[in-house]
Order: sequence, then C-alpha cells, then structure tokens
Amino acid sequence: MQLIVNGAQMDADEGTSVAELVDARAEGRRWVAVARNGDVVPRDLWASTVVRDGDSVEILVPTAGG
Amino acid sequence: MPTGDVVPALEREESDDPFVLGGETFTSRLVLGTGGVASLDALKRAISASGTQLVTVALRRVEASASGSLLDVLEQSGVRLLPNTAGCMTAREAVVTAGLAREAFETDWVKLEVIGDEDTLLPDPVELVDAAEQLVADGFSVLAYTNDDPITARRLADIGCAAVMPLGSPIGSGLGIRNPHNIALIRKLVQVPVVLDAGIGTASDAALAMELGCDAVLLASAVTRARHPERMALAMRHAVEGGRLALGAGRIPRRWHAQGSTQVAGTPQL
Repeated sequence: MQLIVNGAQMDADEGTSVAELVDARAEGRRWVAVARNGDVVPRDLWASTVVRDGDSVEILVPTAGG
Repeated sequence: MPTGDVVPALEREESDDPFVLGGETFTSRLVLGTGGVASLDALKRAISASGTQLVTVALRRVEASASGSLLDVLEQSGVRLLPNTAGCMTAREAVVTAGLAREAFETDWVKLEVIGDEDTLLPDPVELVDAAEQLVADGFSVLAYTNDDPITARRLADIGCAAVMPLGSPIGSGLGIRNPHNIALIRKLVQVPVVLDAGIGTASDAALAMELGCDAVLLASAVTRARHPERMALAMRHAVEGGRLALGAGRIPRRWHAQGSTQVAGTPQL
C-alpha cells in the first residue's frame, strides 16, 4: 500500500503500525509526535494504530524555534 | 561571562519581584527563543548568559532536524520548554500543532502563533482568537502571540489565555517597539501577564518594553543572530532587569524646560 510520510510517498506492508513507522525514522529519539491524516495520534496508541492505504503521516521532532 | 558550572535555571533563588506565569513562578523575565541560532554551543552559552528560565522550541519533520543534541542542551540548561505553533496559518493547524506539542513535550503550555501571511508574519486575529478559544477549552495554558492591538489582547485575556504577547514589530525585523502607546494600553487593559514578543532589535528595545509595563520580554533573533549571541544575551538580561527596576523606581515627569539639580540658593555673585 502507499503512504505519504512527512510529505514523501512510500510503500508499506499491510498492517504497518504508527509505532513501526516511528521506529524506522526516529528510533531512540525522545519527544516525538505523530499526526495521521491531520489528527494527533497519542503516544499510547502508536502500537495499536494501523495505517491504511493513502494515509498521510507526519512524524515530528523538536527543533529550534522562536 | 558565566561559562563555569551552570545552576539549573529553574532552581535559582527566589526573587523579591517574581514573575508568575501560568501558575509558575520565574525569577527571570526574559523568555528566549531558540530559532536562528548558528550552533548548539552558541545557544548553550546564550541561554546561560541570558539567565532565562523559559525557552521556546518548535516541532518539525524528523528528517529536517537534529533534535537530540538540542534537547540535551536544553535539559542541561534546566530551562522550561515552551513549544510554539510557528508556521500555522489557520486555527485548525494551530490546534493540531499544539496537540502534537503536548504529546511531544508533555506540557500544556503553548506559544500560540497563527500568522496571516508569510511576508509580514503578522498574526491573523480571527484565526488566533478561534484557536485560543479551542485550546483554552482543551486545558492548555495559552500564551498568545498577537498584534499590538489592545482590543484583540483583551479578547484573548477574556477567553482565558495565560498571557498575551503583543509584538513590538514584525518577527525578526529588529524594528523595536513601533507603537509604545498601544503596548502601554494593553498593559492597562488586561489582568494577565503581558509579554512583549517579536521585533526586539537591541537592548534598549527590551528595556523600553519593561518600562512600558510589560511583565516579560520574549526575543530570539536579537540574540541568536547577533554577531556575539552570548554578549547580546547578557545585554538583554541587564536591559530587562534595568527596565523593570526603572518602572518600579518611577521615572521623573517630562518637562518642557530644564530644571537644575544644583540648588540656586547660595550661588555666589562673581
């Protein structure tokens, strides 16, 4: 299936969870936040939230800002 | 310059003029933005020199960021983090971004920015008030970045924002405080803390903000983009403290003509 992760199209297996997407990009990183189709996915739902074909996922981390 | 062991910022001694914001008490009245900094080492030294206890941070896509060491620096500094919603142009974007920040930083505090366009970066008051209402209802402590308009500021305070943060001039412009009268009006109109946010160019701007009655100053570029960020951070610390002291001390009235300070009586006839 096709996903858009941080603005880039990618292939993913059926049944992929948000937690797996985070681990692939931000493993070991603290203070990560995830949005799926424009809504917050709380951290305690990452493992149980399965993404679907066409989903748009944003995986965000802290950065410097004013 | 303070470059030795760093006392965690929030553990400093009590002040006799504390700054209470969102139920927390700070001894420093300078909030430092981290954007625009050239290196993490420069940021670390600037934070230390500024004496700040509250710094702003943002959320961005994981690829574009080297977050790990930034967080290390901020943790070592012992400062409280204030996530922003920079770049949001609608209430919906800002509300979702605040929700993401709450997840990432485990804080209900948010510096709410909802801008109207990318040239001026000026706040969009309609979207801002909408977002502030939603976030306050959802339990956030909202520090609202707003125009220097007293009526919008009053709306934001009435909604329940923890602070209103009027701009001195556009973000990053360094143009200082373009409408000091409005800033003073805002201070008189609302009961919540007023934080002058955006436009500070140099130390005298920060001192003026405090002399106008602002409870604190938030600045980023003036320090992070200065030729010597650490030195400017120290200058800002002194400026904020000086302006606050001057406000409390009470300035003399402005006079049309001079008034000598040496007594006339006893002047010799020569």
